[in-house]
Amino acid sequence: MAWIRACSADDIDEEDVARFDHDGRTFAIYHSPDGEFFATDGLCTHEQIHLADGLVLDNIIECPKHNGRFDYRTGEAKGAPVCVDLNTYKVKVEDGEVFVDV
Amino acid sequence: MSEAGPAGTGSEAGSEAPGFVIVGAGECGTRAALALREAGYDGPVTLVGTEIHTPYERPPLSKDAIAADMPEPKTIGGADGLAERGIVFRPGVTVVSLDRAAQVVVLSDGTRLAYHRLLLATGARPRALPVPGIDGPNVATLRGLEDAARIRAALGPGRRLAVIGGGFIGLELAASARRLGTEVTVIEALPRLLSRGVPEEVAGILAARHEAEGVRLIFGARIVEVTGDGVALEGGITVPADLVLVGIGAVPETALAEAAGLAIDNGIAVDDRLATSDPAIFAAGDCAAFLHPGYGRRIRLESWRSAQEQGTLAARNMLGAEQPVSAVPWFWSDQYDLTLQIAGLAEGSITTVRRPVGEGFVLFHLGPEGRLLAASGVGPGNAVAKDIRLAEMLIARGAHPDPEALATVPNLKKLLSA
Ligand SMILES: Cc1cc2nc3c(=O)[nH]c(=O)nc-3n(C[C@H](O)[C@H](O)[C@H](O)COP(=O)(O)OP(=O)(O)OC[C@H]3O[C@@H](n4cnc5c(N)ncnc54)[C@H](O)[C@@H]3O)c2cc1C
Ligand code: FES
Repeated sequence: MAWIRACSADDIDEEDVARFDHDGRTFAIYHSPDGEFFATDGLCTHEQIHLADGLVLDNIIECPKHNGRFDYRTGEAKGAPVCVDLNTYKVKVEDGEVFVDV
Repeated sequence: MSEAGPAGTGSEAGSEAPGFVIVGAGECGTRAALALREAGYDGPVTLVGTEIHTPYERPPLSKDAIAADMPEPKTIGGADGLAERGIVFRPGVTVVSLDRAAQVVVLSDGTRLAYHRLLLATGARPRALPVPGIDGPNVATLRGLEDAARIRAALGPGRRLAVIGGGFIGLELAASARRLGTEVTVIEALPRLLSRGVPEEVAGILAARHEAEGVRLIFGARIVEVTGDGVALEGGITVPADLVLVGIGAVPETALAEAAGLAIDNGIAVDDRLATSDPAIFAAGDCAAFLHPGYGRRIRLESWRSAQEQGTLAARNMLGAEQPVSAVPWFWSDQYDLTLQIAGLAEGSITTVRRPVGEGFVLFHLGPEGRLLAASGVGPGNAVAKDIRLAEMLIARGAHPDPEALATVPNLKKLLSA
């Protein structure tokens, strides 16, 4: 466990997502419509697809490949075709910088 | 909910009230079985499937199962998903007849199974090509796992594949076969690829890519016969091939329904709740032609996501939900590193708006009064996915978006709140 700087808070619009790669791993960082930041594994649990290419709607990230849906706050898979949850990671914002506990 | 049917309607098990029987353990039938449980139904559910396998996903069969040697098929709902949910799965068993008066189906092993509600999710089978030599040992179609295994074994460097039909399955297989170093020729009767449902510009991008990858494309071809050496065309050309793949579309599997006297209309005819002409019987997925309220007529789709959505909806409606179909048709295809996605049905469109997206583009098809009917996009990776998804939401709302904005607004999401 270590806090790693991922990006600036300004880098991600509200209700959007960005990819963050670190140490051979890939994460997705979310900026929720109410201004909070969250982080999950970067790849869908159905196939190895980068979720950061998908669409954020409220608290849901939709996989760009087959529209599998996850609640990015909890990592919960929300139905077909995804049935395995995503891991989530703690996020903090300090001085406008977003840090992830990887 | 645990509503049961009238006791003893032909059930030879006797003790248990008849529950739900699902015919066909493909994407649709399996999702329907899982959805019955998700909706809280805890009565008997039996899923009967001709194939001997745990239900698996078909789309990889023309993609990674060929190109990347996917060792295990991807199961639907997990390897033990059915057992864990108390769903009785009968693999390797076919439903051979249907007695609607008694509400009983007869299985190929002789079992009679009573139902309270029946779902027909029998899918589709490859369309047959009526030319001499088509039943030869070098001819294949691609629908199931065994087909994919057999085709893969025939591909590789020094091998020659002829694909009859420039449709999705044939083109995906062509791309996968090239990955394995196979020499590939695609033989198409019409002047271009994917003439059903794909705009010319998008099909053109795919055709150019196939040619750049070394695939030979032959258009306007008339096939005379298939021989041990390959495919003989009118005009004296023979396309030499070790394997001939016939990919000229699929026909809905309606025999069971037809024999039982259910209405058929390019598929098992169902209403907007997926009920057939017999209220105890539903049909969904590739086998069903359903009344789509958004189009005001019956449509039949061959789409993975539709099969899932319809299976789930049929399950709810068999439990009494009375929900009409609302989903916008959606389809994708992968060829090389290109992904094509289509939302909606473009027919009836009058104008097209083009939106560049990274190294790809999306075409928006607008109908009378500028209503958005469909969007088709192609590009590397998942470049067009977000825009197609947003287009799908606009289509579902019956939106009339500003064409200028469609082409240029940096984030299409803005149009959702417009
Ligand atoms: C190679 C391939 C690639 C594809 N790629 C894509 C893609 O990229 N994108 C996309 O959107 N769609 C794709 N599809 C289409 C998608 O897979 C289908 O739309 C989907 O599988 C339809 O699901 P279904 O359950 O209706 O039918 P099916 O999956 O065909 O399942 C029907 C099942 O019912 C069984 N059955 C039939 N009759 C009986 C009977 N009397 N008794 C018992 N069992 C019976 C059959 O054996 C079969 O297992 C692809 C299809 C194939 C074949
Ligand atoms: S890869 Fe994400 S839903 Fe299939």
